[in-house]
Amino acid sequence: MTTTLIQLAYLIAAVLFILGLRNLSSPKTASLGNVMSAVGMLIAIVATLLYQEVVDYGMVIAGILVGSVIGLVAARRVAMTDMPQMVALLNGFGGAASTLVAGAEVIGRISTDQPPTGVVPIAVVLSVLIGGITLTGSLVAFAKLQELMTGSPIQYPGQQFINAAIALGTLALCVLLVMSPLDVGLLAAVAGAALLLGVLLVIPIGGADMPVVIALLNSYSGLAACATGFVLDNSALVISGSLVGASGLILTKIMCDAMNRSLGNVLFGAFGAQTEQAVVGGEDQGTATAYTPLDAAVIFSNAQSVVVVPGYGMAVAQAQHAVRELTDSLAESGIEVNFAIHPVAGRMPGHMNVLLAEADVPYDRLIEMDEINPQFPETDVVLVLGANDVVNPAAREDESSPIYGMPVLEVDKATHVFVIKRSMNPGFAGIQNPLFFKDNTMMIFGDAKKVVIELNDAIKNY
Amino acid sequence: MLEAPAIAALTILVLALFVGVEVISKVPPLLHTPLMSGSNAISGITIVGAILAAGTEHAALAKWLGFAAIVFAMINVVGGFLVTNRMLAMFKPKDRKAD
Repeated sequence: MTTTLIQLAYLIAAVLFILGLRNLSSPKTASLGNVMSAVGMLIAIVATLLYQEVVDYGMVIAGILVGSVIGLVAARRVAMTDMPQMVALLNGFGGAASTLVAGAEVIGRISTDQPPTGVVPIAVVLSVLIGGITLTGSLVAFAKLQELMTGSPIQYPGQQFINAAIALGTLALCVLLVMSPLDVGLLAAVAGAALLLGVLLVIPIGGADMPVVIALLNSYSGLAACATGFVLDNSALVISGSLVGASGLILTKIMCDAMNRSLGNVLFGAFGAQTEQAVVGGEDQGTATAYTPLDAAVIFSNAQSVVVVPGYGMAVAQAQHAVRELTDSLAESGIEVNFAIHPVAGRMPGHMNVLLAEADVPYDRLIEMDEINPQFPETDVVLVLGANDVVNPAAREDESSPIYGMPVLEVDKATHVFVIKRSMNPGFAGIQNPLFFKDNTMMIFGDAKKVVIELNDAIKNY
Repeated sequence: MLEAPAIAALTILVLALFVGVEVISKVPPLLHTPLMSGSNAISGITIVGAILAAGTEHAALAKWLGFAAIVFAMINVVGGFLVTNRMLAMFKPKDRKAD
């Protein structure tokens, strides 16, 4: 196949990627969209194998087989509750691939003594830098989500200063590498610095801010691929990389807006570290009243409309199936049940939707924040399940609160609010929640899944 | 200052960014997780560069780096598309009752 035909194949692949992403605009067409993107990828891979320069098929096929088997097993085995970790890991692998390809290009050029010209040296540096940061940043995010390390921000004295110094040093190394692009030592130094930066940038970020980090790393994995496209002068990589880069950036912006915080504040603010300070602020707020599932069953049974607000606690307790059974019982008694989904509920964009879809909750019951907020005053019962900051009325009422201004689900406007929670400990961000002390709020303490099952039994026997 | 291929690539980059923003803005929050895993699989397009690095006749080290890149990119591609497919299969409208 001639190079022209291969380029045309890449164009077809790019078109399929765009159409595939466009079909994600509706859950009805989304599966077809995913298949279109996959076919695009297959076309791109087959076309590349037909390049005249590709002679060593043994190595290529071996790599494809090894990677495919690992990917297949991982995709089959991963539990839906572990999806944030899976996405984090895949982002990291994308970054690793870009770094390795740029490195291979440089070493190949050294052996044939062909120094890169034009924008290529800059593109090499960007590939190695962004790819390296994406790799280790994603691995740290993975470790935090998998609870291999603490989810709280890790801080030490002079952290910002040290990070800034390392960033400046890395920048200097990058400039040097652009000027002498065939220096292997410098290449290794830039790669090492990028790997170090990835770790240092993600460890001070708390678990509740993970949706932003994952979206941002998603964007980086695309931008790294894009930079690699400039290294190889390959339009397929440039187009696909920028599509993914744009996607990740949009998600990052949506997540930041949903927390009313700037990206800089999320990345460098170490939110959730000033726990003590924040709790001291919430002195005597009254008393929270504890109820049993039996008490709750009476109120649920007399309700006309119920809204469930899931949060990360539901994922931790694996309570999504129990919730589905509860809402089925309610629906059988003619009670209208909906779910209110906050954009940053959980640990990644769309986390709650995936879990509830797994539990067979129809997607038209999953209502976005802006749509459901006006409905709370007419709602009889709200069930807050493992959510905390996203229902905190302090975000609307208390100007001294660290989350003041964040758009929240206005559950306190409903007639009754039940909050299922392990204990009175403040949420991940370490901010006290006045919702728990309101007159219409009733607390049920215990494991989310256990409480929901007890509640369901009590409602059935009512 | 920039030669023609670089300008062409830059043009493609900017136009693709605009297309990306237009297309992605229409994805509902409901599907944000499949969007991330699916777009991640697309970023596995680096496989193209990896194949060229591992398959062409040049320095052994470059070929091994290319091999490692193929493995990583392929995990991205296969894992990403399959896991997205698994997720999307779960999203059902209300009229379709499983039992």
